[in-house]
Amino acid sequence: MRTLDVKEITAAVEKMAKQTNHFLSNDVKRAISGRTEKEPWPVAKGVLEKIEENITIAEEGVLPLCQDTGMACVFLEIGQDVHLTGGSVTDAVNEGVRRGYGEGFLRKSVVRDPLRRVNTKDNTPAHIHYEIVSGDKVKVVFAPKGFGSENMSQIKMLPPSAGAEGVKDFVVKVCEEAGANPCPPIVVGVGIGGTFDKVALMAKEALLIPFDEENSDPYYAEMEEELLTRINALGIGPQGFGGETTALSVKIKTAPTHIAGLPVAVNINCHVSRHAEMVL
Amino acid sequence: MEYRINGPFTKEKFEDLKAGDTVLLTGTVYTARDAAHKRMVEMLEKGETLPFDIKNAVIYYVGPTPEKPGNPIGSAGPTTSYRMDAYAPTLLDLGETGMIGKGQRSQEVKEAVLRNGAVYFAAIGGAGALMAQRVETAEIIAFDDLGAEAVRRLQVKDFPVTVVLDSHGGDLYQEGRAAYLESRK
Repeated sequence: MRTLDVKEITAAVEKMAKQTNHFLSNDVKRAISGRTEKEPWPVAKGVLEKIEENITIAEEGVLPLCQDTGMACVFLEIGQDVHLTGGSVTDAVNEGVRRGYGEGFLRKSVVRDPLRRVNTKDNTPAHIHYEIVSGDKVKVVFAPKGFGSENMSQIKMLPPSAGAEGVKDFVVKVCEEAGANPCPPIVVGVGIGGTFDKVALMAKEALLIPFDEENSDPYYAEMEEELLTRINALGIGPQGFGGETTALSVKIKTAPTHIAGLPVAVNINCHVSRHAEMVL
Repeated sequence: MEYRINGPFTKEKFEDLKAGDTVLLTGTVYTARDAAHKRMVEMLEKGETLPFDIKNAVIYYVGPTPEKPGNPIGSAGPTTSYRMDAYAPTLLDLGETGMIGKGQRSQEVKEAVLRNGAVYFAAIGGAGALMAQRVETAEIIAFDDLGAEAVRRLQVKDFPVTVVLDSHGGDLYQEGRAAYLESRK
């Protein structure tokens, strides 16, 4: 059995907290520049150019991409042949968040209690999802999530009779209702199936899929394409000022579900689609 | 149309603006978001004086990241405005002339904008680094304990905003989308 000191997890989280808030991945940057080029509406093109300028400024390392540096969402895939040593893995992740957000001059946006609302001042605790997988490695995915877009996300327990059309109509409706609020162009993560909690998790995980990675199931690959086309026909446009580019990407994740159910969740992200991963 | 407007931001300076116009603002703006709005309205209910003169004030809905040494401010883009809808009409009725944020507003805010000849501007959401470069100085003037949500006095230069709600009833979120869709017919 391989041993791994949780200090390495702390270091990975700290590094990725700083990195993701200044640098977008190439798939996201390619999608934005591609859309800027083909956007037919002048106002919209102008907004997209400003968004590209913002990316360049953030890469200098002084100013983060967005002032909402997010709630730290961490996905840990822990190989079953790894023995974690050196303390609690949860504490290790939170220490990484504390250091990354402190030393990285990132905003502390977390309140301890949802109703009494006192800021924890170090952006902890992170939202951590743990999964046990085969092998002797630990994969750490770090995805800071802004709440302008998180607030526009929705979940619906559809009846099975709603079918594919019901699911697609719901996804488009969520994006239309979100309008200008989540800083379009948006990124849309869709979960279909599972249970009430599973479907929301899948929608968030769908936001982590690289834009240029094609869905391995042609049925859902086609649905993603169709949804993107329908959302970009809404006319909301960048920042809601009107235009073609309302969404950059739609990704779907699915899971088996109950004979009585058709859960669907839509997790919206903004164009500052931040995530990174490290394998330890 | 493109405008450059220097403070103080009286409603007379905003009256020609139409939804969709772009404006470069130079002067003093105050930051306040959720918690600061709640406190300010509670202060008014208790008959207390606000931390800054609300007459002719422009409020920017922003909670910046901490500034790195040598910089006036960290990343500073707009937060979503609807969360301030419950408080904004009270402040508009007291003389606030402009709000900077992003996203749709309630009917009550739209009516208060019209009633007072005020303007609702949008800054580009998710472009906080770009926006921060137009901030020359930033100083916390109230509610220090709120951290990112404290009230700051900012001196901005050529701060780029777009008119969403003008004082004549215009709404860019409706008109911009409709105009684009019309162009595709």
